[in-house]
Amino acid sequence: MPEAEVMCQEPEVDFTLIDRIIRDDFNGNREAMIMMMQAIQRHYHFLPEPALHYLSQAISVPLTKIYEVATFYASFSLIPKGKHILHVCTGTACHLKGSGGMVKHIAGKLGIAPGGTTADKKFTLETVNCLGACAVSPVVVLDEKYHPKATVGLLNELIDQVNAE
Amino acid sequence: MNTATSAAAVLSGVKRFVGGQELEQHRQALIDRTDPNAPRILVCCGTGCKAVGSLDLLETMQNSVAASGAAIKVMPEVKRTGCHGFCSRGPLLTLQPEGLFYQRVKPEDAEEIVKQTVIGGELVKRLLYKPQGAKESIAKVGDIPFFAKQTKLVLKRVGRIDPFDINDSLVHGAYKALNKVLNEMSPDQVIEEIKNSKLRGRGGAGFPTGLKWESCSRQPGRHYVICNGDEGDPGAFMDASVMEGDPHAVLEGMAIAAYAMGSDRGFLYVRMEYPLAVQTLTRAIRQAEELGLIGDNILGTGFKFKVSVSTGAGAFVCGESSALMSSLEGKVGRPRPKYIRSTEKGFRDSPSNLNNVETYANVPEIILRGGAWYTGYGTERSAGTKVFSLTGNVHNVGLVEVPMGTSLREIVYGIGGGIPNKKELKAVQTGGPSGGCIPIPKKFLDINVGFGKLAEIGSMMGSGGMIVMDENICMVEVSRYFINFLVEESCGQCTPCREGLTRMKDILTRLTLGEGREGDVELLEEIGKFTNSFSLCGLGTSAANPVLSTIKYFREEYDAHIRDKKCPAGVCKPLYYYEIDPEKCTGCGLCRAKCPAKAVAGEKKKPHTIDQELCIKCMECYKNCKFDSIKIM
Ligand SMILES: Cc1cc2nc3c(=O)[nH]c(=O)nc-3n(C[C@H](O)[C@H](O)[C@H](O)COP(=O)(O)O)c2cc1C
Ligand code: FES
Repeated sequence: MPEAEVMCQEPEVDFTLIDRIIRDDFNGNREAMIMMMQAIQRHYHFLPEPALHYLSQAISVPLTKIYEVATFYASFSLIPKGKHILHVCTGTACHLKGSGGMVKHIAGKLGIAPGGTTADKKFTLETVNCLGACAVSPVVVLDEKYHPKATVGLLNELIDQVNAE
Repeated sequence: MNTATSAAAVLSGVKRFVGGQELEQHRQALIDRTDPNAPRILVCCGTGCKAVGSLDLLETMQNSVAASGAAIKVMPEVKRTGCHGFCSRGPLLTLQPEGLFYQRVKPEDAEEIVKQTVIGGELVKRLLYKPQGAKESIAKVGDIPFFAKQTKLVLKRVGRIDPFDINDSLVHGAYKALNKVLNEMSPDQVIEEIKNSKLRGRGGAGFPTGLKWESCSRQPGRHYVICNGDEGDPGAFMDASVMEGDPHAVLEGMAIAAYAMGSDRGFLYVRMEYPLAVQTLTRAIRQAEELGLIGDNILGTGFKFKVSVSTGAGAFVCGESSALMSSLEGKVGRPRPKYIRSTEKGFRDSPSNLNNVETYANVPEIILRGGAWYTGYGTERSAGTKVFSLTGNVHNVGLVEVPMGTSLREIVYGIGGGIPNKKELKAVQTGGPSGGCIPIPKKFLDINVGFGKLAEIGSMMGSGGMIVMDENICMVEVSRYFINFLVEESCGQCTPCREGLTRMKDILTRLTLGEGREGDVELLEEIGKFTNSFSLCGLGTSAANPVLSTIKYFREEYDAHIRDKKCPAGVCKPLYYYEIDPEKCTGCGLCRAKCPAKAVAGEKKKPHTIDQELCIKCMECYKNCKFDSIKIM
C-alpha cells in the first residue's frame, strides 16, 4: 500500500485505489464492508463522500446502510481530519491517572472539542478507550507515537513543537 | 547464527505435513537442533513495553551482539517475545538459560549488557529489579515474587516464544493437541473432555464451554467457530497479550473446537485498537496454513478449517455475541434478544460458537493433559486459572495468572506489591465498565476471586480487568465515568438502557459539580434497578452495577457530595482546592517547576502558595511534593 497521505482539504478521490481495495483486497465481499471502509479511511484519514457512493454501487449496498455503519462505529469519520492526530486514552487506568483533565486542557488550549479539528487543520483531538498500555498510563499518542506517563506539561510541549513547525 | 534464520531454513525444507507423524518428526528435528541451555536474550515486545521503546532496544541489542561477535564464546540468540507480564517495569529483558531479569532497560544499556553480562558474566546491578522497600535486588525471574506467585497455564508460552515464528511455538508443543484429537479422538470425546475440565468461558458470563460446544454441535447446518478478541473493557489487556504473545494457542484451540463441532470456517474478531494482535494473528495463520496445520486437509486427515481475522471498528457493544456476529457480517452491531441462541442461529443465521480468546487458549492443554488435570486448579465452581490485568494504584502493574479462588489480598499485595505512595487501598474494581467496585479493606480483602463470589458481592468477573483504587479516587466520579462510557457505547435501540443511562449520567454529573440534591441517591437506585432489569442485552442489564455497588458500599461519599458539597477524595474539581501547608513546605520549588499553569508562587526555601484563580487542579504539585505539604481542602 502506498504511503498514506495526509489530507487537509476534501481530497480528490482515487477510484482505482478504491476499486483495488474493494475487489483485490476483499474480493467484493459485502461482509467485509467494514474493513473496506477502514482501508479507505486509512488512506484518506476520513471517509470521503464520493468514495462511499462508489462503494455503494460496487457492492450493491444502499448508501443509507453504509452511512448507518459509518455513524454507528466510533472509529469512522465523515469529516476530514487535521495534519496531526492526538489520541488521548480515556480508558479506566488512564482516566484514574488524570487523562480526563488532560483532554479538557488540550481542548481548551486548541479551542476544539474532543473529536474536533483546529481551524488551521493542524490538529485533531481524539479520545480512545484503552490502548492496552495501561501500565504506563496515562497514555497519549501523537501521530502513532506513544507518549507513556504523559502530563499536561508534556502535552503543552508537544503541541508547541508542532505549532512552531 | 541466529535461530530465526535457521528455523527459516528448516521451514523451507518442509512443505505441508500430510500426517501427524511428519509433524512430530519435524518437531523433534527442531527440538534436537535447539539447545535448551543455549544463551538467549528475550526482549519483551508486548504493547506495554513497545510503548516505552522496546523495539529500539531489540534492534540495538541485536546490533550490539553482532558487533562484539568475535569476543562472545557462544553467540546468544536475540529474540522478540510477547508480553513478559511485568509491564510497569518495561522495557524488560530476560537472559536465558540463567533466567536473569533486567528491567527498565534503555537502548543505551544494550552495549553494557553485552560487555558485562554476556561476555564478562557479571550482573549489571542497576538494571536489576528491587522490590519496594527492599534493600537487595533480585537477579532471577524465578525469585521475583511477582512471577513466583503466579501459576501460568494460559500464559505458559507467552513471553518465552517468538510469536512471529511458528517453529518456536512447535518446539514448545503447539499443535500437539490438534494432532491428538484428529488422530485419536472422536468429536464427542473432545466435547466430553472439555465438559470434564469444567472450563467456563473467560469472556465474562462464565458459561460452561463444553455445554456450549455440545449444543452447537447438535444443530444442523454449516457451523462457524468464532473467537471474541474484542476486549472492550478499558483497562484490560490480557486477551491482547495472549493474541500477541502466543497466537498459535488460540488458533489451535479454535481448530479443536471446529473439529468437535464439525465446522470448517472460523473468524477471529479483534478490536482495531490492537494492531499488533491483528498483525501477529495474520502472520500466524499464514504460517500455519503453509504447514498444513490450518486450512485444507489438515495433517492429511481430510479435516478442513479456514480462519481469518476481522477487525472491529470501535464499538464496545460489539463484544456482545449477537452484535459481534452482525458486525462480522459487515453490519452495525446491535444486539438482539437472548431467546434467539447464537448456537442455533448466529453468524449468517447458522449455528455459531463464540468463545473468548483465553477460553480457546486453555483448550490444547486440557486435551493433552485431560479434563481431570484441569479441575486440579481452582475451585469447585470455577476450575482452572484466570489471567487478570492488574492496573491502577498498585506497584506491580501487569498480567497476572492465578488459580481461580485466589484471594484479592494475594493478588493486590502478594503479587501486586501493594499500593504506592503510602496510600490506603480503597477499592478494587472488577468486571469492566459494568462491573462493580469492591470496597477494601473494610470487608472483602480475603474474598476468593471466582465467578460466584464476585457476583454475590455485586460485581462480576468480567473478562479479567482488575483496577486497584487508592484513597484519592472518588467513587462518585468513578461511577460517573463508567456510566458516561456506557452512554457513549449503548447502541440505543432499547429504552431502559438508552434513557436509564442518560438520566443516571445527568444526575451523577450534577453530583460531581456540587449540584446534588437530597433524594438523588434514591432516584439513582430506582433508575439503576430498572435499567438492570429491563434492558435487552448484557450491556444494559449490568449497566447500573457501578452505580449500585458504589452506593451500597460508599454511601457516605455520595452524601458528602450532596450535603457538604465536598469531594473527600479530591477529584471533583469544583468541590475542593489545593493548599500548601506552610508548616511542611520547605520551599524546594519542585511544585513551582512542575505546575503547567504557573499557579504556584514563592521564593526559594520559603513556603509557597497556590493562586486558586490560575490553578487547573491537574494534581502535578500534589503528586510530586516530597514533603506531603499539599492538602486537599
Ligand atoms: C456489552 C458486552 C460486551 C462484551 N465484551 C466482550 C469482550 O470484549 N470480550 C469477550 O470475550 N466477551 C465479551 N462479552 C461476552 C460475550 O457476549 C460472550 O459471552 C463471550 O464472548 C462468550 O465467550 P466465553 O463463553 O468463552 O466467555 C461481552 C458481553 C457484553 C454484553
Ligand atoms: S486505560 Fe489507557 S491504555 Fe489502558
